[in-house]
Amino acid sequence: MLTELLSAVGILSAVSAVLSLLMVIADRTIANYGEVTLIVNDEKKFTFQGGRSLLSALTEQEIFIPSACGGRGSCGFCKVKVLDGAGDYLPTELPHISAEERNENIRLSCQLKVKKNMRVEIPADLFNVKQFRGVVTSIKDLTYDIKEIVIRLVDPKEISFKAGQYIQLQTPAYDLADEAVYRAYSASSPPSQKDTVELEIRRVPNGICTTWVHDYLKEGDEVLMNGPYGEFYLRETNRNIVFIAGGSGNAPIKSILMDMAEKNIKRKTVYFFGARTSKDLFLQEEMRVFEEKLADFTYIPALSDPVDEDKWEGETGLITDVIDRRLDMGEETEAYLCGSPGMIAACIKVLTAKGIPEELIYYDKFA
Amino acid sequence: MTFLGAFAIFFAAIFTNNILLTNYLGMCSFISVSREIKTSVGLGAAVTFVMALTSAINWAVYHYLLVPHLVYLRFIVFIVVIAAFVQIVEMIIERVSDVLYAALGIFLPLITVNCAILGVSLFMVIRDYTFIQSFAFGLGSGLGWMLAIIAMAGIRQKINKSPIPKGLEGAGITLIIAGIMAMAFVGFSGMIAIG
Ligand SMILES: Cc1cc2nc3c(=O)[nH]c(=O)nc-3n(C[C@H](O)[C@H](O)[C@H](O)COP(=O)(O)OP(=O)(O)OC[C@H]3O[C@@H](n4cnc5c(N)ncnc54)[C@H](O)[C@@H]3O)c2cc1C
Ligand code: FES
Repeated sequence: MLTELLSAVGILSAVSAVLSLLMVIADRTIANYGEVTLIVNDEKKFTFQGGRSLLSALTEQEIFIPSACGGRGSCGFCKVKVLDGAGDYLPTELPHISAEERNENIRLSCQLKVKKNMRVEIPADLFNVKQFRGVVTSIKDLTYDIKEIVIRLVDPKEISFKAGQYIQLQTPAYDLADEAVYRAYSASSPPSQKDTVELEIRRVPNGICTTWVHDYLKEGDEVLMNGPYGEFYLRETNRNIVFIAGGSGNAPIKSILMDMAEKNIKRKTVYFFGARTSKDLFLQEEMRVFEEKLADFTYIPALSDPVDEDKWEGETGLITDVIDRRLDMGEETEAYLCGSPGMIAACIKVLTAKGIPEELIYYDKFA
Repeated sequence: MTFLGAFAIFFAAIFTNNILLTNYLGMCSFISVSREIKTSVGLGAAVTFVMALTSAINWAVYHYLLVPHLVYLRFIVFIVVIAAFVQIVEMIIERVSDVLYAALGIFLPLITVNCAILGVSLFMVIRDYTFIQSFAFGLGSGLGWMLAIIAMAGIRQKINKSPIPKGLEGAGITLIIAGIMAMAFVGFSGMIAIG
């Protein structure tokens, strides 16, 4: 009986050991691409072990490419022009690459692996993107699922960005992630405040970064981030402005509003904020204050499913219906949208129906 | 039991006893990956490679290590061998074709849990095949699976442009087609019997 048990364990172990050995050999031979050289803009040259994604290779060299989805291939932001050393387009790249971009060999750097020597071209202003080390000085609940995180910058000590832009926060490896991942978060603080960055982070159930922020991150902890990135900032015109946001989509809008107040921008502005119940509303006082600080600003929060205890007297209904009812600004209007892809798509429809040209609708999809 | 040459088993595994169409094993990736001929060929080749080699290795492991006392370990040992092999196949595919690697995506590591592969190893034990017969059975079953998925991909590319009732799009119509294909394959049965 005992010998049988022992031989069972022995044989299982032996089989596993042989297979492991085989795997190690395969890893050293088949999966070994040797040293490769990456040349950036014909001036910088890096050598490293091949086989990793172009995005992670560049990040390691402190060249930061916007990658809001953290390399999952869903945001399509991480485009890089590859001159040499890439194979055919991958099916995972194609949804984000237009025919023109194909002709120019623009690739999604998070999907493309560097397996031989490669030459790439990167817009010079991306070299301005830096990595920042900071310390969390405060974590506060805005709602039951949104936290405000304040990060004081340590190295470098200051950041310059445009109101509305985002940074990418690093989540270190922990229970849910076996390697560090980056996720995009818009600054909710104004650009004039250069030594701290504030973020509004909504919990996504089982999300890698948001679970870490909500359940693990503590005041005093050190964090890494890089940025700034993004085209979501106020255009310098005299047009009227519509802001539309839901949930943590408030963050970049708040930054822009603070910036407008500081710069004394007097454009006619309206802000629609969509939430489900009053539990999802936050910073209401702050928004009301803007109605006084700004020359012509209206804040319109709307609840889609108010419950009795909300005692809600404001707008009710889907945000799209509320916009349809209340928006009356004409065609000389710019729209700035921030929130889930579904909400953005629905709002764009309403706005264009109201005569706002599509090229004046700017948005950040939080996906 | 009549004696069957390895050659007969090989052909039987492809046609008369096609693992997918007569045993309905390996359905999950069959339905998901059969959208395009190119990826079907890739996955089919990967499955064939894994089936042929794991059936040979599992035969040796079974007969030299597990028989007589430890046969009850066969499920776990077979799975471990298959898992290791799939890892290696993954590395090979990643090396030779990024495009295929990206197209197969999650279905490549999922070959590990493709029940057709474990099925082949278990059938070979139940049917008492010799080493050569097992290898032929594995290779034939793999090719049979590949044949079925390529045929399905061909049909699906054709019906792409046909009006299909909304509720049947995707997996629904694929299962119906698989059923009809299986009936067609019944026509081959009886030509050779392998147990
Ligand atoms: C430009 C930009 C700016 C952003 N700014 C902010 C911000 O200011 N505040 C903020 O809270 N978030 C913001 N996001 C979203 C943020 O980057 C992350 O996507 C989000 O926090 C989820 O990260 P995670 O690691 O927790 O989840 P993951 O582990 O990446 O995802 C877990 C699962 O949830 C799904 N998922 C991902 N994001 C969402 C979502 N938003 N809602 C529902 N399901 C989701 C994924 O598909 C996946 O299935 C922004 C995104 C972009 C692109
Ligand atoms: S990082 Fe989002 S697509 Fe590459």
